Amino acid sequence: MPASAESPSPLLRTRLGPAQIRECAVFWGFRAATYLVLLCGAFVFGTIVWNGSKTVFSPKPPFINVEFLTAAPESLYVFEYQGKKLELGDRAFRAFKAEHHLADIKAESYVYSAGGIFPNIVGTVLLVAGSMAIALLLGVAAAIYLSEYARDGWFIRAVRLAILNLAGVPSIVFGLFGFGLFVLFAPRIGPAPVASVWHFQLWPLHSYVNFVGWNVSLLAGWFTLAFMVLPVIITASEESLRGVPRGFREGSLALGATKFQAIITNVLPYALPGILTSSVLSIARVAGETAPIMFTAAYVVRDKLPWQGLTHWTDFFFQGVMALPYHIYVVSAKIPQNEYTERVQYGAAFVFMLLVALISLASILLRNRLRSRYKW
Amino acid sequence: METRLPPPPVPPAPASAPAGGNPGAAASAMTAPIIDIQHLDFFYGQAQALQDITLQIPEKRVTAFIGPSGCGKSTLLRCLNRMNDLIDGTRIGRGTITINGIDIQRPDVDVIELRKRVGMVFQKSNPFPKSIYENITYGLRIAGVKNRARLDEVVEKSLRGAALWDEVKDRLHQSGLGLSGGQQQRICIARAIAVEPEIILMDEPCSALDPLATAKIEELIHELKTQYTIVIVTHNMQQAARVSDRTAFFYLGRLVEHDDTRTIFMNPANPQTEAYVAGRFG
Repeated sequence: MPASAESPSPLLRTRLGPAQIRECAVFWGFRAATYLVLLCGAFVFGTIVWNGSKTVFSPKPPFINVEFLTAAPESLYVFEYQGKKLELGDRAFRAFKAEHHLADIKAESYVYSAGGIFPNIVGTVLLVAGSMAIALLLGVAAAIYLSEYARDGWFIRAVRLAILNLAGVPSIVFGLFGFGLFVLFAPRIGPAPVASVWHFQLWPLHSYVNFVGWNVSLLAGWFTLAFMVLPVIITASEESLRGVPRGFREGSLALGATKFQAIITNVLPYALPGILTSSVLSIARVAGETAPIMFTAAYVVRDKLPWQGLTHWTDFFFQGVMALPYHIYVVSAKIPQNEYTERVQYGAAFVFMLLVALISLASILLRNRLRSRYKW
Repeated sequence: METRLPPPPVPPAPASAPAGGNPGAAASAMTAPIIDIQHLDFFYGQAQALQDITLQIPEKRVTAFIGPSGCGKSTLLRCLNRMNDLIDGTRIGRGTITINGIDIQRPDVDVIELRKRVGMVFQKSNPFPKSIYENITYGLRIAGVKNRARLDEVVEKSLRGAALWDEVKDRLHQSGLGLSGGQQQRICIARAIAVEPEIILMDEPCSALDPLATAKIEELIHELKTQYTIVIVTHNMQQAARVSDRTAFFYLGRLVEHDDTRTIFMNPANPQTEAYVAGRFG
């Protein structure tokens, strides 16, 4: 650079060099990419919250659309009567016809677009609770084995590799796996052999194990969803178990604790906050995945709520349920999109988001309580 | 200041040093050995950490293990309650460790029971993140003691034994981690004596403490040796001289010399020992 009278020192810039321009471009490129993500997120959430709140909230007291949260889905009928356009749910429409002695009236109908989504909320809560219970039980047990008991070797390395690979399996594959294993094949105990499937007698009892499958049921959904999040739970649990200082284990053992006692009293409690952190993410995934449950647990429509009409308590586990994510899929993709169906589409999505946020919040609060109890 | 317990019946240091450096034989600080180590070889994988250690540790005395880092003194200490079992790839190649006449390497030894008899205090104080009360009663609870009155009694006795009762009696149900470093280490000592061991192993118990806290622990060790056999690993030569009756000097996995503490410090038989205690190496 030629020195001139105006620039007394080469340290002072007179104009932007190529390095500065590149630096500036890169900086703005990164910044724009970050803000774009934010923008997309805000747009998605904004649309759902804005449109969904029209369904869930109401301008008049009690300000919450109680029917939407507590009723079952119904068909919506749209028709003209004496020059006015009316929208009525199924039952209201039939009552209206009876009241006005209308045998036949031309009405457009839209399934699931009236009523509420109560059975779906119930179904999703049941699916989340059951599958998280199974996933945590199995996952924490496996993590304890891997971090506390297993000695490193080719077998344990293979197990870890399998866990990692399992985490990368698409959810639709889990759905088909669950369908094949739990819905069609899983064993059930019955009083008599079922000739058409593989079976054996449960010696010495007078009952038989028949591989008839669990059908589309809560149980099948629980296990399918649990298997889907197991890798995350195992990996994160192992990590938090390893994070517990060695001194606590040695301190326990030096006082005459067995290994199991040391783990239960002096390792696991301190790892729980970390384990719960990972399960918060898993909850959102379990609640939201549609593919695994559409083969294994979800019905499009079912009149009975899960606790209604059970002849035996075990029937509870062998019934399918309606679930929010599957309902969202059905009302968004399987019925026409228009002003009449929009209500339930956005409403269901909004309630679903609130539900996941609520369950996650509950587990975060639980974690924080544990964390403040066991600090080191 | 804290309450003083009656002075120990055994004088803290031997009255007279024996003439020679003859290990074990007629040493005045030597009582009947409670631990007898014979020709012990110890390996971490392929690396030999201890070579041909033969050592007797007298009952109700303080024995100090000294030596430069990596000389195997902590390893030997951890052999005494089989804490090395927890580390993969460790093994004893040759030799025996006999405690109260039982070879503790025998396969039918109940390791849980052994660790109750041979308590341990670690270098880094490790009170559990539970209340002081739960810390002290931990050993009894896992052994199945549920009687509240008995637990209360043991808590008071152990905390008095660790000279900590007056400092913490009003906050037994607060976290043990709210205490100072020295108090935390004394909690760990109290926790160890709550299960009434015969032997207490201390792995550099004062290395993370300030001089005042160290002085308190040392005073405590003097009092504890009336009831317990204590083996202490220390890097601090003055500490070994102050608290111990017997001293064993280790170097590169070998036991160089062991004798009455006074002999080791005043009149060592081995020139290496002399150089180490004089601070010329290590």
